[in-house]
Amino acid sequence: MDALKSFINTLSYPWFSFTLSLVLFVAVVKLKKLWTHAGGWLMLALITVFFCGSMLDENFRSVVAKPDNVPIVMMVYLTGYFWWLAMYKGIKNDQAIEAGAPTFEKSESEDKVFTWPDLVFSELICMVVLTVGMVVWSIVLKAPLEEPANLSVAPNPSKAPWYFLGLQEMLVYFDPWMAGVVLPGLIIVGLMAIPYIDTNPKGNGYYTFKERKSEIFLFLFGYIVLWVQLIVIGTFLRGPNWNFFGPYEFWDINKIEPLVNIDLSEIIWIKLLGVGLPSHWLPREIFGIILMIGYFVVLPVAMSKMKYFKRFYDEMGGPRFYTGATLFLTMMLLPIKMYARWVFNLKYIVHIQEFFFNI
Amino acid sequence: MTEEKSTPAADNDSPEASEPAVDTSSAKPSPAKKAPAKPPVAKRAASDAEITRRGLFSWAAVAWVGFTAAIGGCMTAFGRFMFPNVLFEPPTSFKVGQPEDFPPGVVDERFKESYGVWIVNNEGQLTALIAICTHLGCPPAWLEAQNKFKCPCHGSGYYKSGINFEGPTPRPLERARISIDPDDGQILVDKAQKYLWEQGQWDDPSSYLEVS
Repeated sequence: MDALKSFINTLSYPWFSFTLSLVLFVAVVKLKKLWTHAGGWLMLALITVFFCGSMLDENFRSVVAKPDNVPIVMMVYLTGYFWWLAMYKGIKNDQAIEAGAPTFEKSESEDKVFTWPDLVFSELICMVVLTVGMVVWSIVLKAPLEEPANLSVAPNPSKAPWYFLGLQEMLVYFDPWMAGVVLPGLIIVGLMAIPYIDTNPKGNGYYTFKERKSEIFLFLFGYIVLWVQLIVIGTFLRGPNWNFFGPYEFWDINKIEPLVNIDLSEIIWIKLLGVGLPSHWLPREIFGIILMIGYFVVLPVAMSKMKYFKRFYDEMGGPRFYTGATLFLTMMLLPIKMYARWVFNLKYIVHIQEFFFNI
Repeated sequence: MTEEKSTPAADNDSPEASEPAVDTSSAKPSPAKKAPAKPPVAKRAASDAEITRRGLFSWAAVAWVGFTAAIGGCMTAFGRFMFPNVLFEPPTSFKVGQPEDFPPGVVDERFKESYGVWIVNNEGQLTALIAICTHLGCPPAWLEAQNKFKCPCHGSGYYKSGINFEGPTPRPLERARISIDPDDGQILVDKAQKYLWEQGQWDDPSSYLEVS
């Protein structure tokens, strides 16, 4: 049992767990057998067995059963359920379309039901159940009250509200201006821009997976891997001093994790070229700047010529494609920077502290 | 009805009478030709409701000035509210004791809670480091066992000197002005003046004290 626990602990360290989750994500989306009733029950059983079994472990219980963290467990189940539901209906519809039959939504909307009593009754039942649930929750799990606020002491670890933990996790890898303002702003702008960038009418009003594989894959990657998973990591796996802890690991405040970070400029000028850092910021950061210009200017143009992205370019046209590509590349900057941190201890690609421009 | 209205209109301004004179002097035929057709309509409305155009505008002006004054007054009061009469903040300048109270290699945490500074004796320099993380402003903690400052919010770490070495923080901790009070020989710290490493201000002799 201990061997299994330490194995899971090791596995959950970010460089393993993130890679694993990427592989799992691709596999899960491609595996059609999972998006059936049997597959759904299987996944539900696996997650529940994992949670219930792990509750026997003291360290796991102390983190997961904390009143603050209960919504995250609910979120895991809810996200899983809605993910399964959408994929299940999408694959069902794909089969129906292939067989020439009407989609689920079309056949469903043919028989109509009354608002009263059918809809209003279900709403009433939902309302009663939800109210009872909230009342019981608020009585059983107390809101955590802590000592009076003190300017010079922050709780260790200091955690944002659970829905912002993805942002807090981003802040570990980026400058506050990037992770706190630019990226969250672009998330909102990007989500609002989706209907203007993706004008493909397929999938309007009915679930489908086959007709929009790339779009669904891209959205799920951003939502499940880069948002929900970061919230789960931030809640369950970040302990004192914002160090990383496995799910069965004791939150030791004195855990030593050597994390000496270096900038790209230091890697190139000192480690590779063997000369000191230039004193002016422009020659010092020139490699990072070139890299970023290449990433955001040259790469989208190159993408429009690539075989896989070419058809998007042809369908969407220049302006739409380049807007979409820029948003996509900005999103991909997060996993790239995370891996760069884990593998090369990279702090910043461009680090101009003279006027607070850090990427 | 129509006869009654057309007479006062003609009495008031008598546009028909004055027009030929205007026409010849200004040598602008087009506006003068249009003018006689319109006045009867406008005059009819004015005499009906007993409100002249000028009257309406002066009422609107009074109302508008009143409205602007009210909003302006509210905004002024609101702005004044932003500057409280009394500020319960510790003084930025304070004494921390004699230089001998800080032995070499020690990070003194006594003044963190009251004034938000660490007094650090490191490599022959006595400095006052401001206890605010330069990443997003949390108060870091001094970890004696690991010989570093560590922020609980995002894991930024600093050496004893205040130089950043781990986590996301882009720059070192800030130093406060430190000097010897000439009267009693105590160390005087002034948080109002900060010294930033990245701007080369740590070389400033008032950012540290030489100690043996």
